[in-house]
Amino acid sequence: MPTSLVQNESILAIEVGAAVTRAVLFDVVEGQYRFVASGQAPSTAEAPFMDIGIGIREAVSSLQNVTGVTLLGKDRNLIAPSQADGSGVDAVVATISAGPAMRTVIVGLLSDVSVQSARHLAETTYTRVVDTLDLSDQRKPEQQLDGIVRSRPDLVILAGGTNDGASRSMLKILESVGLACYLMPADKRPMVLYAGNEKLEADVQELLGSYAGQLKISHNIRPSLDVEDLGPASAELASLVVNLRQRHLKGLEELNTWAGGNILPTTYAQGRMIRYLSRLYESTRGLLSVNIGASATSVAVGFADKTILKTYPEFGLGESLSGLLQYTDVESIMRWLPLDIAPNTLREYLYQKSLYPATLPATTDDYAIAQAISRQAMFLAVRSAQKDFPGNPYAPKDVMPPLDLIIAGGGAVGDGLSLGQGLLMLLDAVQPVGILPILIDQNNLLPLLGVAAARNNYLPVQVIDSGAFIGLGTVVSVVASANYGDQILRAKLTYSDGTDVRADVKFGGLEILPLPSGQSARLSLQPLQRADAGLGPGRSGTVTVTGGAMGVVIDARGRPLQFPSDPVRRRELIKKWHYTVGG
Amino acid sequence: MLAPVLHILPLTSIVRERVLPMAGKVNVNVNQKVSPTDVIAEARFAREHVLLDVARTFGVTTKAADKLIKVKEGDRLAESAIVAEAGGIIPRTVKAPRAGRVMVAGGGQVLMEVGDARIELKAGLSGTVIRVIPDRGALIRTTGALIQGVWGNGRVESGVMASLLEKPDEVLTADRLDVSMRGSVILGGHVRDLETLKVAGEMPVRGLILSSLNPALLQPAMQMRYPILVLDGLGAMPMNSVAYKLLTTNAKREVTVNAEFSDRYTNGRPEAIIPLNVPGEPDEPNDYEMFSVGRQVRMRRAPHVGMIGSIASLPAGLMKLDSGLRALAAEVKLENGASVLVPLVNLEVVG
Repeated sequence: MPTSLVQNESILAIEVGAAVTRAVLFDVVEGQYRFVASGQAPSTAEAPFMDIGIGIREAVSSLQNVTGVTLLGKDRNLIAPSQADGSGVDAVVATISAGPAMRTVIVGLLSDVSVQSARHLAETTYTRVVDTLDLSDQRKPEQQLDGIVRSRPDLVILAGGTNDGASRSMLKILESVGLACYLMPADKRPMVLYAGNEKLEADVQELLGSYAGQLKISHNIRPSLDVEDLGPASAELASLVVNLRQRHLKGLEELNTWAGGNILPTTYAQGRMIRYLSRLYESTRGLLSVNIGASATSVAVGFADKTILKTYPEFGLGESLSGLLQYTDVESIMRWLPLDIAPNTLREYLYQKSLYPATLPATTDDYAIAQAISRQAMFLAVRSAQKDFPGNPYAPKDVMPPLDLIIAGGGAVGDGLSLGQGLLMLLDAVQPVGILPILIDQNNLLPLLGVAAARNNYLPVQVIDSGAFIGLGTVVSVVASANYGDQILRAKLTYSDGTDVRADVKFGGLEILPLPSGQSARLSLQPLQRADAGLGPGRSGTVTVTGGAMGVVIDARGRPLQFPSDPVRRRELIKKWHYTVGG
Repeated sequence: MLAPVLHILPLTSIVRERVLPMAGKVNVNVNQKVSPTDVIAEARFAREHVLLDVARTFGVTTKAADKLIKVKEGDRLAESAIVAEAGGIIPRTVKAPRAGRVMVAGGGQVLMEVGDARIELKAGLSGTVIRVIPDRGALIRTTGALIQGVWGNGRVESGVMASLLEKPDEVLTADRLDVSMRGSVILGGHVRDLETLKVAGEMPVRGLILSSLNPALLQPAMQMRYPILVLDGLGAMPMNSVAYKLLTTNAKREVTVNAEFSDRYTNGRPEAIIPLNVPGEPDEPNDYEMFSVGRQVRMRRAPHVGMIGSIASLPAGLMKLDSGLRALAAEVKLENGASVLVPLVNLEVVG
């Protein structure tokens, strides 16, 4: 019998976000781990509170109200372990995404080798690259020094040199970094993560040990020219991030005590869970997880042998919204809107929301604007991440590769307003191709399961198997070159009782064929005009599909998504799409 | 639920911690009176560094070069001072390219810091030093009216306030500014064009207190040499009625505009302070409270953004909003008499 079930351990999982703090209770019900309930409260990392503990206790209080279980004592401290009267919990785990993006300097030898890998490593967490140093840097050594000092980094990521490879150039660069650290005030020195040539570890210790805020030495992320291995270094980086956050955020030390050190950056925990699931389900085409929150939008893709994790603070829906227009234009956001608003209204919205990230849309128009911004932020994040997906180099750059599954979470997707709205946001932003199921992580459990796995490896699987994620159903995305209104697909869904439902699908439309959760059916697809419905261009066939809250959704709006150029027609079409999914 | 507080107070005690970003020299003592532009602490730092590679210059090993280096850490060098010298028939030298200080000497190299720069930390308010923070700064206390804003361009100044605001939703344009306002702090409404900021700078004014600012002007506003304090938001917004009343009734008084950058993690917030001499010390305001019936609140988001109201009731449980979302909410009675349901996260207490 598994240890966990003998211990019957209840786990309180806490997620400290930039805008919202959640407290989630996992417990054993009928011999299996279940997601019991969650409570939430506004986060209190920022002014005027500046103590994450306040928001945590508010979230736990909210959880107490939902469950009726007393978790906090009269002194407002956590009751642990659980008591005979049913109060308290046995263990705590936590994830954190609150806090500013970490100013990061990337240092390597070659820009298209070690620097690129160091950048990939930085993207696994909440960083903002403020300077880069490599052999092609034309600056004088002292200018490089001053560059590092002026950029006031929280973190330096050092990579370079394959194992047994270049050492002289690396030593020179290490010397520069050491000098730069030395020149900074002792309390402002950055943390340094070295993940380069392993032969130089003693030199690194000597040159940087006394001058870095904290020095971590990890496995080489580029052990040879053609191999990138971010795994061990990203784990070290995750622990550095928590340490760094502990410097800045009051209350994190107490949470760490509650959690016995089981704290991870939210995005890392999400990536860890996706890696675990992709191995469990032996995903070959990839499991995509996208999480859109106030501090960042993160994208994790797990393949059987590789996981890619990308964190984009610049595409978060909080403070960074004021900078969103550095990455996109107003028109690209407006294209998602069913409303006719002035571009300036949208600009002002972005700035005002960045001042008050935790606020909520109270009107339908405000909600529509929020959703349009979320779509574009997610679209940008997924497109950026897609550049590093393994796969066919000849595949079109603006079309997603086929995937096995999509799991989406974060406030904007799982706000509970409508599952159809959540689905439509994913179809718009991710624009998947082929035939695949889509899940919504409405309670943002994925990262929490990722951190809980470190304590109890039965819990994540059992919680997922118990239906903690909402299955929206199966999506069939049709790639076709056609005109709006042209018929491009005939579909027939045959239920287990022999009855069927048919649809003639036109280009530019969405069709929904009902198929409840827990049921499967046979879907026959007959593409016209050489359309590709996931079986190959013009190829017909029959596949078994699973149901969900939305059933079988056929997305025939084109890949990439085609919009009419006339804004009035476009808005009408968007309204029609919203209506189709029940919005 | 806890509520953040926006301070708009006619009379309160104000205590502000003012610290340097690095260690430096503190120029004030406990109980000393300071004015907003007094430099209470300063720090010196090097603008840049110079790395002299002695080993490479002389073509010798680092060990050999170290023997030829004539300076040590901490030495202050004049321009052209000899840093290293190699003998021979024609002696060769490495000289300091600029005056500066030796930071490191060794490994065949000498690192110097050059180009002295100074950071001056201004008091930011008139008041009394109540505590000195060694090497960093001080805590300053004052009494007066306090009006907090949402955005500042990082500058501090004080002067007599001249009001150009006849109603809360007024737009401040360049043609409203005339030479008689030179040296004043201008109380204006919304600024939508660059010309207004430029004309204010040319006069020059001592500061602008605005209801709102066109977001397209954020970058130019950062370049202005006078403080710009935005009270209500970015975009076209009227001034909230509480700030409007308090500021317009205090026109012609001395006002300090501390338009410091907002910092979510240090509680730094741009603000205007009108010093008032009163007997005794009023209480300091709390930075957060609990939402409760009767509290005055300000809306932080559409559709009533910037409006002031008071909480009429706090319904239990999650309420369904017009957007369809469910959230803890308050029924708020606006000043125009209308009652609206507002999510608590969209409110801040005014007080």
